[in-house]
Formats: sequence, C-alpha cells, structure tokens
Amino acid sequence: MTDLLRRLFRTRQGAFGVSILMIVTLICLLGPALAPYSPDRMDFLGRFAAPGVRHWLGADQFGRDELSRLLYGARDTVPAALLATLAGTLVGAVLGTLSAYAGGSWDEAIMRTIDAVMAIPGLLLALLIASTLGGGEQSALLAIAIAFAPGMARITRSVALAARQEEYVAAAIARGESGVRIVFAEMLPNVIAPVIVETTIRVSFAVMLLATLSFLGLGAQPPSSEWGLLVSDGRTYLHDAPWLVLVPGAAIAISAIGFNLLGDGLRDALNPRDER
Amino acid sequence: MSLTWLSRRLLLMAYTMLVVAVLVFAITQVLPADAAVTLLGQNATPAALLALRQKLGLTDPTWLQFWHWLWSLLHGNFGTSMRTGLPVGPTMFAALSRSLLLAACSILLMLVIAVPLGVLAALRRGSALDVFASLVSYLGISVPEFVTATFVLVVLADRLGWLPATGYVPLSQHFADGVRHLIAPVLTISLVLIAHVARMMRSETIDVLASDYVRAAQLKGLLRRTVLVRHVLRNALLPVVTVVALDVGYLLGGIIVVEEIFAIPGIGRELLIAIQNRDLPSIQAGALIMAGTYAVANLLADIAYALLDPRLRYD
Repeated sequence: MTDLLRRLFRTRQGAFGVSILMIVTLICLLGPALAPYSPDRMDFLGRFAAPGVRHWLGADQFGRDELSRLLYGARDTVPAALLATLAGTLVGAVLGTLSAYAGGSWDEAIMRTIDAVMAIPGLLLALLIASTLGGGEQSALLAIAIAFAPGMARITRSVALAARQEEYVAAAIARGESGVRIVFAEMLPNVIAPVIVETTIRVSFAVMLLATLSFLGLGAQPPSSEWGLLVSDGRTYLHDAPWLVLVPGAAIAISAIGFNLLGDGLRDALNPRDER
Repeated sequence: MSLTWLSRRLLLMAYTMLVVAVLVFAITQVLPADAAVTLLGQNATPAALLALRQKLGLTDPTWLQFWHWLWSLLHGNFGTSMRTGLPVGPTMFAALSRSLLLAACSILLMLVIAVPLGVLAALRRGSALDVFASLVSYLGISVPEFVTATFVLVVLADRLGWLPATGYVPLSQHFADGVRHLIAPVLTISLVLIAHVARMMRSETIDVLASDYVRAAQLKGLLRRTVLVRHVLRNALLPVVTVVALDVGYLLGGIIVVEEIFAIPGIGRELLIAIQNRDLPSIQAGALIMAGTYAVANLLADIAYALLDPRLRYD
C-alpha cells in the first residue's frame, strides 16, 4: 500500500491530482468554517459587487457572497458525486462478477442487455431516470448511480473473466466452496484494482453529470448552492457579473480534473510496465 | 465482411433497440404524469377523465399498452404531442436534422484539429506542443459542456462581441449568418471530442512508431513522409474510428446541453422541453431516436472497421 502511494506520487498526474483533491476535501470538510459570510446572507447594497476586498469572489443578484456560497456548495457537489459513483460501482461490480462467474448463456444475456442499456447516452439516461424520480438532489444521485452501473459491470466482467481462469478459483471450486462465496470472497477482491482506477476517473464524470443535472433543473434545488446551480443562476447576469458563472464553473472543472489526474496516476502506479 | 457477421450484427442492433424501447416505455410509465389530466386540466370531472383514459387505452394492462405502442412505432407512428397536438415523429426528425448538422460540423472540426495534434504530440514527446496537447485533453475531459459553453459565451460573444450570443438561423435561409450562429456551439462540442481523440491518436501513434513494420519501412530507406502517411497514420487511425463512434454517445449528451444553452431547436432541446412538460410521447420518441442514432453510428463504425482492417473481414 505505501509502495503504491510512493509510486503514485512519483507520477506527475498522481501528485497533481492528490494535491487538488486534498484542497477540495479540505473545502468540503471546513467550508462552512472558512466562509466569511453565511451563504444566504443578503446585502442589497452589495448586489453584483465585483470581486474585491469585501467579497473576494464577488456577490450575486441578492448580494450574497459568492465565495461563501461556493464553500458551502462544495458539500452538495463533490461528496454527492463520490457517493453516486461508489453506489454505481458496487452494483456494477457485483453484476459483472456474477455474469462472469455464471458464464454461458446467462453471461451472454446479461452482457447483451447491458450493451443495450449503454446504447442510451449517459446524460440522456440520467436525465430520464432523474425526471422519473421527480428531480432533486437525491434522484440525481440515484440516476447517476444507475447510469454508471452497466459500464462498471462490463469492466468488472472482463477483469473477472480473466480471474476465472486463475488457479485459485479452480482450487476454491475443488474445495467445494459455494458459488456465492467464490464470487464475493475469492474473485471480487482480486478484480478490485482496475475497478478502482475506472471508479476514480468516473467520479470526475459524476461531478460533471451532477452539476449538469442541477444546471438543467433536475438536480439540487435552490436555496442549495450546488455548483451547477450556481452556474445556472449566474447565467442570467452573464454580461454584468461574469464571475458568477466563471467561479463555480472553474470549481467544477478543477475538481473533475483532480479526479481525472488521480485516476491516470493510479493507472500508471498499478501498471509499472507501461512507461507512457 | 461476411454476410453472417453482418446479419448477426444487425440482429444485435434490433435487440438493442428492443431493450431500449422497453426501458424508455418503463421509465415513462413510472413518470408522475397522467395524460388525461394533462389534456383536460386539473378541474375535469372524474367521469370525463375516466372516459378519456379509456379512449386513450390507459386502462388497458401495461403489456397491452406496450404492444400497441411498439406496433405503431414499427409503422412509423410516434404518437401525438400532448403539448402541441402535432404528430411527434416529423417534429423530432426535423429537430434531429438540425442536431446532425451540429454534430457533423463538430466531428469535422475535431478531425481537422485532433488528428494532427495527436500525431505531432507523439512525434515530439515532451515538447511544448505535447504538454499543450495533454493540457487540452485534460480540460476537454474535465470541463462539462455547460461550463465550456458559458465560457465561450462570456468571451467570444459578450466580451469580444465576435459572435451572436444564441439562436439558430437555418443555413438555407441566410448562409453566412447561419454559420456564425453555429460557431460557438460547434466549438463547445468539439472540445470534448478533440480531447478524447487527440489523446487516443497520440498513444496509438507512439505504439505504431515502435512497431517492427515501421522500423522495417524506415530501414528500407523510405522517405520519412511516406512512412508517416502510409504506415503510421493508416494504422494509428484505425482505433480512432471506434473512439469516434463511442464519442457519438458523449456528443448526443452534450448536444442536449449545448442546444439548451445556445437555443438551437435540435432534438436535445425538444427532449428537454418534453421532459419539463411531461409530454410522454415526445419524451419516448426523443429518447428512442437519440438511442437509435447512437446505435446506427456504432454499426457504421463496426462496418468501417471491418472494411479498414482486413484481418476482421473473414471473421
């Protein structure tokens, strides 16, 4: 484990990614403590204040401090994306491992159906599910988890198929272990590494998807200051107060880049052979 | 490319579309919307609602409703919009044609930029250009379309005033103006595509450059340019075909957002309006047509791949 971490930090992407994500984590943990104002505090004299001494990142149409809103909103954005991805990964990993273990026509049927579900573009699927669930932060979260599961199942399956050929599975079958035990106790722990890499990269998609759903009105609802919602709010005042869209937009992008870099770093750290 | 391969591939596509249809139907069944209430309004009498529900077939068992729906779909009938009262099919296909124009322009711009960028980055690894290319890749992959679109609007339309902010002008109506309205959305969409393809192109080119046949071609004394075009480019481009097809999925997702922001009356915007208004037939048609477009793109990519790679032809 420490060896992996050392190798991770030796890759340029890994070191960058971890640094970015540490800052993002700190913001999520300490955001409300760091915020100079309450995110809902209105100041009608300070409406559309440009970034300056009073409001470091400016103020919005109600004079609410943009920095405070950003710091509070981090909690509705990044941890939510992480949670959605983990839920999707868990369901997908179990499904993919089961499919690989079952093999034969079961495997074929499950995989063709997964292919079919994946024929629906991710955002479209998430949109449809989120609107079915009635919109709001929780349904957006669930929609992303459901939309991610098929892709994760496909990846886990391909890794698990390789694992199935391994001798330890044959040994477990010979020992007379039950199918469930072989899947969960023997195979799942061994297919986890590539799945972790894929999950990390997918968190960045989840951050973007979650923000996009809020932007389209199907995710977090006001008065939340989820970052996608901040962009959507600020869009009306693009001309007079561009910082209202630029600041949360940059925050979304930086967090997503952090997870992408970490994923790439992890991939390199886990495959030392690949020198690219 | 054998006939069995093609027929198996087509069968797979039919199965895909069937699953998609089941899924879309299931999702719209769960949607909290009552067509009868939507049509008659909140104040309609229970008797009138019941009568209309019976007339619309909403009291039938679900499987029968699905069967009726699928049957009319197969006859090209997508139903009537609950919002406008117009047939959904023609509306959606007209919108799709505008989206396809946007998509085609974006893919074209992507190819023109991403392929040379990826190859050059691979030829000069570690150079400023390589660093720039990987920076563009990270940005393209990590910035959601609605943010890119907003940035493009702020800079190109608002601050610099080079482009019109939003809206759509058909090319047939006023060509130059139509093109000007397309620039910002095309830039937004192609950034993601450039990111994916430039990255793929770079790593493929690096692989191909290290291969034996390229070394052999170089040792044979072929011109550097000949080796690059005939051996490196040709082989490195092959996997890109698949990436482009997969990217059509991102593209269709991105198009929903981009059309909404730039107010382009394409299929993504139609679908969003349908979702906001709980217009079930339009949601179903929009989702199905988008998924169908993606399926066709993947089919074409597979066929292109089989034609380009002789090893796959006799599978």
